[in-house]
Amino acid sequence: MAGIEIRSLTKHFGDLHAVDGVDLSIRDGEFLVLLGSSGSGKTTLLRMIAGLERPTSGEIHIGDQRVDGDVPPRARGIAMVFQSYALYPHRTVFQNIAFPLEASRTPRKQIEEKVRWAAEMFSVALCRALVRDPKVFLLDEPLANLDAKLRNTARDDLKRFQRQIQTTTVYVTHDQVEAMGLGDRIVVMEHGKVRQIGTPQEVYEDPVDTFVATFVGQPPMNLLDTGDPSLPPRTLTGFRPEHFLPKSVFGTAEELHTFRFAVRRVEYLGSDRYVYGSVAGGAPAADATIIAKLPATIALAIPEGETHEFAVPRRALRYFDPDTGLRRKG
Amino acid sequence: MTRILPPRRTFADREDLLGAVMLGPALAYVILLVGVPFAFAIALGFSNATAGSLSFGWAGLDNYVAILGDPIFLRALRNSVVVTVGSQVLVVVLATAAAQVFRATFRGKRFARFVLLLPWAVPVSLAAIAWTWIFDSTFSVINWTLKAAGLLHGWLYWLGDPALALLAIIIVQAWRIFPFATVIVLAGLSSIPQEIVEAAIVDGAGFWRRLFRVELPLLLPVVAVAVLFGVVYTATDLGVVYILTGGGPANTTHVLPTLAFQRGILGADLGQGAAIAVFLLPFLIVVAIGMLRLAHRTEVGGTR
Repeated sequence: MAGIEIRSLTKHFGDLHAVDGVDLSIRDGEFLVLLGSSGSGKTTLLRMIAGLERPTSGEIHIGDQRVDGDVPPRARGIAMVFQSYALYPHRTVFQNIAFPLEASRTPRKQIEEKVRWAAEMFSVALCRALVRDPKVFLLDEPLANLDAKLRNTARDDLKRFQRQIQTTTVYVTHDQVEAMGLGDRIVVMEHGKVRQIGTPQEVYEDPVDTFVATFVGQPPMNLLDTGDPSLPPRTLTGFRPEHFLPKSVFGTAEELHTFRFAVRRVEYLGSDRYVYGSVAGGAPAADATIIAKLPATIALAIPEGETHEFAVPRRALRYFDPDTGLRRKG
Repeated sequence: MTRILPPRRTFADREDLLGAVMLGPALAYVILLVGVPFAFAIALGFSNATAGSLSFGWAGLDNYVAILGDPIFLRALRNSVVVTVGSQVLVVVLATAAAQVFRATFRGKRFARFVLLLPWAVPVSLAAIAWTWIFDSTFSVINWTLKAAGLLHGWLYWLGDPALALLAIIIVQAWRIFPFATVIVLAGLSSIPQEIVEAAIVDGAGFWRRLFRVELPLLLPVVAVAVLFGVVYTATDLGVVYILTGGGPANTTHVLPTLAFQRGILGADLGQGAAIAVFLLPFLIVVAIGMLRLAHRTEVGGTR
């Protein structure tokens, strides 16, 4: 068991800065998710922790051992699950799970006990990782190749697995649902840099910038310049689609910001309705598409092509600087 | 306006006919130039036909009885097996090693790969003549090099000593097949998913364990195909032995093709020559079936 310390870590492939100065402190036993789109550097970061990639500069510490130099993967006390699972196709299930133990010259009898112990609980790829008693688990999009139905169960299995063994886990994904559901904390990455580190709730409710605000959440956070005179000039106002509801839905106690919402189209999705339209307002950015997410419990008719009174609770509004994208307190 | 296409089926639409017509030339080639001589050779093996005479009398198994009682034939049979097996063992080891080298990136890799393929492209006769100089009793570059390095005290008469001559033949046959095998193994290596190799690295497997426990087992089907080609090429080759030793000294280094040529064509005993030439056929068929089944059985059906 061990935590991981990463200090100003970079990895350059020629001119490409795949990982560009990442500082990260992963607590012992934590389930940390690296979330980002492809090319954000999340997999490169994971591979550097694993030792499959050599950092250009920076430090990696696993437990109290510094590993970024010449420490080969086998000596880092890690186990890794790959996207394709990378099972050895010519070996049986038993032989697959036993492989890391054979590599460490574990006695035959002990191998058998261990494989049986692991195989009772988890899938083969996890077992092969588990039997090594790693200090750190590294998982590279292990659910990406599963179909949607299996993914839910597999996510549950994975979480149960990690709770049970309580090993520090770093998990890479581009799927924000996985990230939100699995992570104790989420690291949102873009262009090799960390944008935000926080619990799923912090990342979702208090995004530090417009990138995180629109990357996390489906549909993404609405952003527009309302031209509200009470705000400093040029301020982007952001709110989640599920907070943007017909005004009549809210109680009188709630302090509201009201918009005139010109509805273009309503999408019926069973459990929700997505309402697409634009809000009438001062600034030029205001004609951007705004999405409202109405739960099925709101049965109110929303005719297309008409303008409706919609509102957002003031406490759900977030403000951003349009130039830097950074959050503004307000 | 759209152009109106002919309403009736044209020749190009008739897949049944088109297929037959396009297959025809290849089929004719194989039947006339491979199938007929092959059947003829088998028939000759049961006849007492001789060159220079048109008589074709049934001899039953006489030819086979005769060659099986002939120590020169038995020696040639043994040589064929030794040369084929020996050269292929050498080929598998060399090709696997070379493929590992060529997988790495280094300066001049393209040039090195070109040089590697040369033995495969050079005509057998030309190469064999070059090798006769390398093994020459006076000018052997091997001997001179060993001498200069202080490793050789006597003198090696490569083509004059039966054991050394056989070794020379094995070396040349391996040299000839090995580039092709390397290319096949290289292709096989690149078909192993990178993630599997990396998983083995993370799982703690060192170079040798990765090679013997992961890569080679996954390469087995591909290596089997390479060896099958090598076996067929070597076991049926006439040129190398014919030019290098001519079967000598004293008929000790004959392989079946050279002996068949000597008896059947030079010695004019067509029947016995044919019997010698087709003698290995049943064994080669068994080897071929066995290897193809091995390749099929261990084939990696989708790695995901």
